[in-house]
Amino acid sequence: MTLPASTTQAGAPPAERLDAPASPTLAAGTMPVPAPARRWGTGGIVGFMLPFALALVWEASVRLGFSNGRLMPPPSRIGATLWDLAQTGELASHAGATLWRVAAGFGLGAAAGTVLGAVSGASPVMRRIMDPTLQALRAIPSIAWVPLFILWLGIFEASKVALIAVGVFFPVYLGVAAALSGVDRKIIEVGRVFRLSRLQMIRRVTLPAILPAWITALRTGLGLGFMFVVAAEFMGASEGLGYLLVDGQQLGRPDRILAAIIAFAVLGKIADGLLVVVTRPLLTWQDVGRDRL
Amino acid sequence: MLRIDALSKTYADGNKALDTLDLNIGTGEIVALVGGSGCGKTTLLRLIAGLDTATSGEIRLDDAVISGPSADVGVIFQEPRLFPWLTIDDNVAFGLSHLSAFEREGLVANALSRVGLSGHGHRWPRELSGGQQQRAAIARALITRPRLLIMDEPFSALDPTTRQSLHRHLLSLWDESRPTVLLVTHDVEEAVSLADRIIVMRPNPGRLHEEFPNLLSRPRDRMGTGFESISRSILKSLDQSLKPTPQPAARATAGEAAWW
Repeated sequence: MTLPASTTQAGAPPAERLDAPASPTLAAGTMPVPAPARRWGTGGIVGFMLPFALALVWEASVRLGFSNGRLMPPPSRIGATLWDLAQTGELASHAGATLWRVAAGFGLGAAAGTVLGAVSGASPVMRRIMDPTLQALRAIPSIAWVPLFILWLGIFEASKVALIAVGVFFPVYLGVAAALSGVDRKIIEVGRVFRLSRLQMIRRVTLPAILPAWITALRTGLGLGFMFVVAAEFMGASEGLGYLLVDGQQLGRPDRILAAIIAFAVLGKIADGLLVVVTRPLLTWQDVGRDRL
Repeated sequence: MLRIDALSKTYADGNKALDTLDLNIGTGEIVALVGGSGCGKTTLLRLIAGLDTATSGEIRLDDAVISGPSADVGVIFQEPRLFPWLTIDDNVAFGLSHLSAFEREGLVANALSRVGLSGHGHRWPRELSGGQQQRAAIARALITRPRLLIMDEPFSALDPTTRQSLHRHLLSLWDESRPTVLLVTHDVEEAVSLADRIIVMRPNPGRLHEEFPNLLSRPRDRMGTGFESISRSILKSLDQSLKPTPQPAARATAGEAAWW
């Protein structure tokens, strides 16, 4: 019996409840529209208030002479630096280089993680063979690979892409393997009752069932991709936002560093948002998660 | 139509769920299995559905031995088990992928209207109540026109009103093509209102205990005297079935497994 929510309306004739949602979760699923809209509206503004106030205080304290702003450049100077970088085309070329590396590394890492995760999640034997090794490799801090990758792949693009791919690989691998081994036996049985072949079972039951977990794993991987691109660009890059960070440090230009950091934040958020938007049509059926980006 | 011979199922952990069970079910018959927990009702259904394999014995549907899921057997589980990523339409059409989209649409619309879900086809399963979901599951199982429909406590998670309305839906659906139905339930009233024959099972190990033919004409009046007297005898039989039976000797000597 799933009628705990109806205690308050116990007097209602039961026949009327026949077509009403029978459980609190279902009831929540049918009318989620107004609540998130309101939350977004106020939440968005409230969320901007703190950083905006901090920026104002910072700006004011420099203008009023409490701080000289050399190591802590005020928002206006960071904005001006960003504008300059954008005007000269530097920003676009650095951001482009970074994005290209993330895209290549993410593509390779996500593909490898998905394939190996699928193999490990689908076959217990393969999991017993592969998983211990991969778990051991996972325990290595990925940055530790840098010297080896440079020796193997050279100082240029290949080693950077490889490092990012390693970072992306593990969350995707783990996410896919866990999702596959966790697919509800009951729903698999329905597929068996309809005599699906192995291939049909994968296409019609398993894949859709793991899709949400796969997309979450991809998002985690993408986040790590942006983390690792910084590390990759620290090791002898001549362009990229990570290079801009090192450059700013060496030139003693904290405004350039902060401009690069802001560019990273914006790019990371845009990339994640794109992933969400692109995959959203695949998940319209989900009861949860649609309204939290 | 369905013939079960000396069927036994012992699980890997040594639990003997079914012991040399024999059962015959005729075409178009509705048979209800009732019994306490652990008497092997669900195990029996899973064996007939081809989801598990028997330790020994045989199940025949007409003359074919059942060794796996079959197109002739439709299954309705305790939970609706709809695919959450498919609309109600696509869920109901799940077993019809060999047909053209046009044929599918017609069959699905018809099936949904028969379970009272017209106009709900485009919705997601999560948007339906528990009773509506179970009706969609019934439509999904019946749309392929199986000759044998097996149901594992399909209405147990629903409130009494929804349950009774589903009973009516089920009987009217059954009346159209008269498939053979084997229904597991723990609700004696449900068994008496639906079935032509009620079989009480006995636990540890699962066996048949007693059989009750139900000749009451449909629709059955739950308040009628005939209904009550059958219900009462079934309840009495259920009580007896749960008492430990005086057969420790048979169990002590494993070699001569009880032959009756």
